[in-house]
Amino acid sequence: MTEMLDTAQPNKAHYLSAVDTLRRGSYPAWLAQVRQAGAARFSETEFPTRRHEDWRFTNVAPIITTPFRPLTGPEDWNVSVSDLESVLFGTAGWTELVFINGYYSAALSRIGSLPKGVVAGSLADAISSGNKLAEHHLSVRRESGNVFNALNTALLQDGAFVHLHAGAVLMFPIHLVHVTTGLNEPVAANPRNLVVLGRDAQADIIESYVNIGAGAYFSNAVTDVALESGARVHWHTLVNESEEGYRLGSTRVNQDRNSAFRSFAITLGGKIVRNELTTVLDGEGAEATLNGLYLTGGEQLVDNAVAIEHAKPHCTSWIGYKGVLDNASSAVYSGKIKVRRNAQKTDSRQLNRNLLLSDRATVNTKPLLEIFADDVKCTHGATVGQHPKEVIFYFRSRGMNEAMARAMLTYGFADEVINQIDIEPLRRRLDRAVCERYSPI
Amino acid sequence: MLEIRNLHASVEGNEILKGINLTVKAGEVHAIMGPNGSGKSTLAQVLAGHDAYEITAGSVRFLDQDLLELPAEERARLGLFLAFQYPVEIPGISNAYFLQAALNEIRKSHNLPELDAMDFRELLNDKMELVAIDPRFAERPVNEGFSGGEKKRNEILQLAVLEPRLAILDETDSGLDIDALRIVSDGVNKLRSPERATILVTHYNRLLNYIVPDVIHVLVNGAIVRSGGKELALELEEKGYDFIREELVAP
Repeated sequence: MTEMLDTAQPNKAHYLSAVDTLRRGSYPAWLAQVRQAGAARFSETEFPTRRHEDWRFTNVAPIITTPFRPLTGPEDWNVSVSDLESVLFGTAGWTELVFINGYYSAALSRIGSLPKGVVAGSLADAISSGNKLAEHHLSVRRESGNVFNALNTALLQDGAFVHLHAGAVLMFPIHLVHVTTGLNEPVAANPRNLVVLGRDAQADIIESYVNIGAGAYFSNAVTDVALESGARVHWHTLVNESEEGYRLGSTRVNQDRNSAFRSFAITLGGKIVRNELTTVLDGEGAEATLNGLYLTGGEQLVDNAVAIEHAKPHCTSWIGYKGVLDNASSAVYSGKIKVRRNAQKTDSRQLNRNLLLSDRATVNTKPLLEIFADDVKCTHGATVGQHPKEVIFYFRSRGMNEAMARAMLTYGFADEVINQIDIEPLRRRLDRAVCERYSPI
Repeated sequence: MLEIRNLHASVEGNEILKGINLTVKAGEVHAIMGPNGSGKSTLAQVLAGHDAYEITAGSVRFLDQDLLELPAEERARLGLFLAFQYPVEIPGISNAYFLQAALNEIRKSHNLPELDAMDFRELLNDKMELVAIDPRFAERPVNEGFSGGEKKRNEILQLAVLEPRLAILDETDSGLDIDALRIVSDGVNKLRSPERATILVTHYNRLLNYIVPDVIHVLVNGAIVRSGGKELALELEEKGYDFIREELVAP
């Protein structure tokens, strides 16, 4: 059987022919090299099967066997602002950049109030205008991610580029809206985002991953984030893909000293969703606070793979992910904390809590610690459960029936994550989404 | 208001209540005292409708209804309230949200209009003042991270908001310092009225210095063995529960 799986590795030809198409275009030499390295890694790396430890509970066969058409340039997808009404915030001052199938749409985007020293726009534009910072960050990192990251790099064209110069502080969030179309045929979108915060810069970033149209599609996003010393970002990733939408997304953060990365990874929809988030605490005093919430139903599969590498001493990290699973859905959580030998005085905690609303739902949770230093404080834990009977009785003794008690408790469980979001319009929108999904009042 | 006749209840095959008889009229305050393990809390939980207990004999009528036939939530809507000995913590749900939902469920069952958030908040503020609770508690998750005393006061706040006909306070005094005890007692006393009744379940008679009962019952081994006026509390204070046990054994 395992032999069979090996030989059954699906053809990568359609992706590689897209790589060829791009090779014939005119691009800077450094970009051609970056893509070439990505293509080489993509070719030599197998698609994961469930025998791969990191993918044991996440079967990506439906993604690799569907002949998604990779894109080599923007096309006319006929998307209008009215299609995005429920996604865009339209709040005064906000910058909202819209990407259709990975390509920037100036017509659908809106640049809000940005202070001096802030660039927010298209990565393709940054590349074609010879932006040295983009070149540096894209070429310095040798593609070492998984096969899907390699595919993204092999087809690297466009996505969001955000750069805050040293000391720049955003007054309003930047919202990156990634729309994948399931309109006519199954397409594979490969948005590539690059966000760089200079020394002591501060920003609120929201990424939304959504779709238009009813068909299948594959969103394969890679986002690289670099925080220079003292930079602080509040990062929010909202995944609300369709019932036929596949998403694999990787966010890769590098943190210099005293920087702070605080994130919320919220998954509300998608057929198969995997959110990878890794951060390297690469300077003393860096902090990472990674919050997550996944609400699943139907036969959805949502996988959150989180990894923090403590590379330097005196860094702190906290991971708190919560899930609510209904019907025959399943969720996977893995949280790897690696503490390098010299990373003394590391303070790291992680907790994954899951609420099962149905007997058919399943969770696989795996918090992991790999510690090579000796003076560290690390805790981890995971829970899977249902609403306690005594708590339900408490509601009933106050006049509320069991269904109402369960609904309110589920809402409360999920809302604990949402309530920590500082951006009010975002918090209210998510609170409403959670409330509508679970609460009767 | 409440009439308990020969009530027997057991949990996992062990009989805990062995023939309770008790009548409580509107306007009265009754205290049920007894040693640990005598069945006081079981009686409170059985009346509130906890389904861990099996009723094996007897009847309970409350406001002319067969109480034992009703699920817990309908007992609450009818006007029965249990202040828990160990109130549970409810993460993620604010006190205000919880109480508004509870009050509106009760109001709906009486064909009263539901209160909107504004009207409810006004009511809640008044009640918080009545039971001397910091207004910031409204936004805190129900009982989460509350001290023992804060949880008990929060039960009294719920009592004040829901205004039940019959309040059963299960060991509400335990774990309270003297100031908290005074505040809790003041709250209960302010809510006394000719239409309402209270049952105080307590181990110690300390509470009875603050809330003076009309009748005291002594519960031992699942049955009420003595009933009397407040002088009974003094006798218990002096002699402890042992003297009653001895009386029971003596012919």
